[in-house]
Amino acid sequence: MQAFTTHTGIVAPLDRPNVDTDAIIPKQYLKSIKRSGFGPNAFDDWRYLDEGAPDIDNATRRINPDFVLNQPPYDKSTILLARENFGCGSSREHAVWALTDFGFRAVIAPSFADIFFNNSFKNGLLPIALDASVVDKLFALVEHNSGIEFTVDLQAQTVTAGDESYAFAIDDFKKHCLLNGLDDIGLTLQHAEAIKAYEQNRQQTAPWLFPGK
Amino acid sequence: MAKTLYDKLWDEHVVRTEDDGTALLYIDRHLVHEVTSPQAFEGLRMAGRNPWRGSSILAVPDHNVPTTDRSAGIADPVSRIQVETLDKNCEEFGLTEFDMSDVRQGIVHVIGPEQGATLPGMTVVCGDSHTSTHGAFGALAFGIGTSEVEHVLATQCLLQKKSKNMLVSVDGAVNPGITAKDIVLAIIGEIGTAGGTGYAIEFGGDAIRALSMEGRMTVCNMAIEAGARAGMVAVDATTIEYVKNRPYAPQGEILDRAIEHWQTLHSDAEASFDKVVHLDAASIKPQVTWGTSPEMVIAVDADVPDPAQESDAVKADGMRKALAYMGLEAGTPINQVAVDKVFIGSCTNSRIEDLRAAAEVAKGRKVNNSVKLAMVVPGSGLVKQQAEQEGLDKVFIDAGFEWREPGCSMCLAMNADRLEAGERCASTSNRNFEGRQGQGGRTHLVSPAMAAAAAVSGHFVDVNELMSDQ
Ligand code: SF4
Repeated sequence: MQAFTTHTGIVAPLDRPNVDTDAIIPKQYLKSIKRSGFGPNAFDDWRYLDEGAPDIDNATRRINPDFVLNQPPYDKSTILLARENFGCGSSREHAVWALTDFGFRAVIAPSFADIFFNNSFKNGLLPIALDASVVDKLFALVEHNSGIEFTVDLQAQTVTAGDESYAFAIDDFKKHCLLNGLDDIGLTLQHAEAIKAYEQNRQQTAPWLFPGK
Repeated sequence: MAKTLYDKLWDEHVVRTEDDGTALLYIDRHLVHEVTSPQAFEGLRMAGRNPWRGSSILAVPDHNVPTTDRSAGIADPVSRIQVETLDKNCEEFGLTEFDMSDVRQGIVHVIGPEQGATLPGMTVVCGDSHTSTHGAFGALAFGIGTSEVEHVLATQCLLQKKSKNMLVSVDGAVNPGITAKDIVLAIIGEIGTAGGTGYAIEFGGDAIRALSMEGRMTVCNMAIEAGARAGMVAVDATTIEYVKNRPYAPQGEILDRAIEHWQTLHSDAEASFDKVVHLDAASIKPQVTWGTSPEMVIAVDADVPDPAQESDAVKADGMRKALAYMGLEAGTPINQVAVDKVFIGSCTNSRIEDLRAAAEVAKGRKVNNSVKLAMVVPGSGLVKQQAEQEGLDKVFIDAGFEWREPGCSMCLAMNADRLEAGERCASTSNRNFEGRQGQGGRTHLVSPAMAAAAAVSGHFVDVNELMSDQ
């Protein structure tokens, strides 16, 4: 996994609440058996005027000029600013893969859906929850300073935007893994003995959970 | 100390805990489908790892399978590759799979319980957000992403932070004709799509206890639409009756021991919740969503709401966008809104009881001429078989519905079943997001009986009025 320490980049405003994972990556792209290549289809229904399909060359499609990520400088943005309940809906990690493949390293919103939030950390995408009133301010700042860059410092747990700095909260364990780009599975397997011991105990106390063994 | 049901399920499954409270949670049952697993198996293979406990896994293709004749296989090559990839992965790692030709094939959240693969007290995960369905059994069940699927495959565990406890109590009895779907839509209308974020919801109260297992599954299925990763209902006699004698359920002396334990799976009387919400069951009317989020829901006798009346500017803007997308005017009585298509199916409402409820409405009536397509998609091959034994297929076909093979179908339109741009659908599924059932498609979520009523009327209508007009 790509580690995250600090990042500075252009902030794109996506001014909608409840942006769902169907919107982030529509279902036709879930048929892929790969993890990469979803970026050109991030927000597909909003980004293009015609309907997309996995086997269509996106360069030949009709672009929606009104959609923020099609407008320079936001086509080069790496931080997404959004409203509450970002990433709600399905568990598809393809939504995170689409955002990272587009180039996003962080998403700032007042709140995130739980599964999306967890999926982000597995892929080096940092979801940052800030107060709704702060997010309001950030939207105003971006509106008046198109192309403005924010700096996210994970170690210090701050977002610096213009003259202000805002602190955000994060679990220590998630922070540690993300700062060091650690692979969860490898970490968990260090506790293989504990898992085996738990399992053996449960086979005695709750044998119905181990059918066919 | 008094514990909630969630506390009990959590505590029983903790292998170890990090300093910041992140727990390593043991997973008893891992359900797998074709869409969210290929990259996980690929990751496992690349790291040279094997599934930790293959017998915990039950795999089934459901999202991409055709609901028409299957003898010719899957026409779309991309869908076909995904389903074949699941077959190959299961074969390579020696995992149980109900493949497309198996009569037990169906939607993953229908077949787990149907097979007794979902048991009370289990932790159940699947790379699918509607895994919350299985919480109906007094299990801790939630959806996970693909990296987590790989993590569970490799370690049988998941890294989790404990959620907060929420109780949603639906007090009293519902009126005749009010279903589990109406109850859960009313709950989401009340608490909102983010109302349960960060919580595990226990559904309780007389109206929930009175529900069948099918009804409880419908309610828990949509916990995720209220923002909660997990929803659950305490174990009672209804739960145990349902589980007994299913193929994967324990038997004999082990069953007796299991039942003894299952009977403890309820919140203690003194347990405290971080948040409690009460709903009056008697006030719930048949529900219809009008917008592009499940919280945008009203009673069938109400009017489409007006953003001008909403004081929160962000919300009002969301409502305006939803009205524009849905092609609706504020103030329109929802029961005057005409539908183009009707979909009865999905992991929310495709079980035998759902089909019976829809058939009761369809019986002796005809799908309205203005409706282009009305389809019924059973949740599994076994549900389909049972329905056919009861003659429900004939009822539907005589009324002009299409009777299909099991799968996810038009719930998310990954196979050939879908809405065209601008088409309006009465759907028994769980999500009315933009484009969910096809780009530009407009989804209204309703119960199976309400969907059948819309099919025969050509527009939304209170099913109780329709039935009393005989
Ligand atoms: S029926 Fe719909 S919601 Fe349920 S698993 Fe299938 S696609 Fe997901």
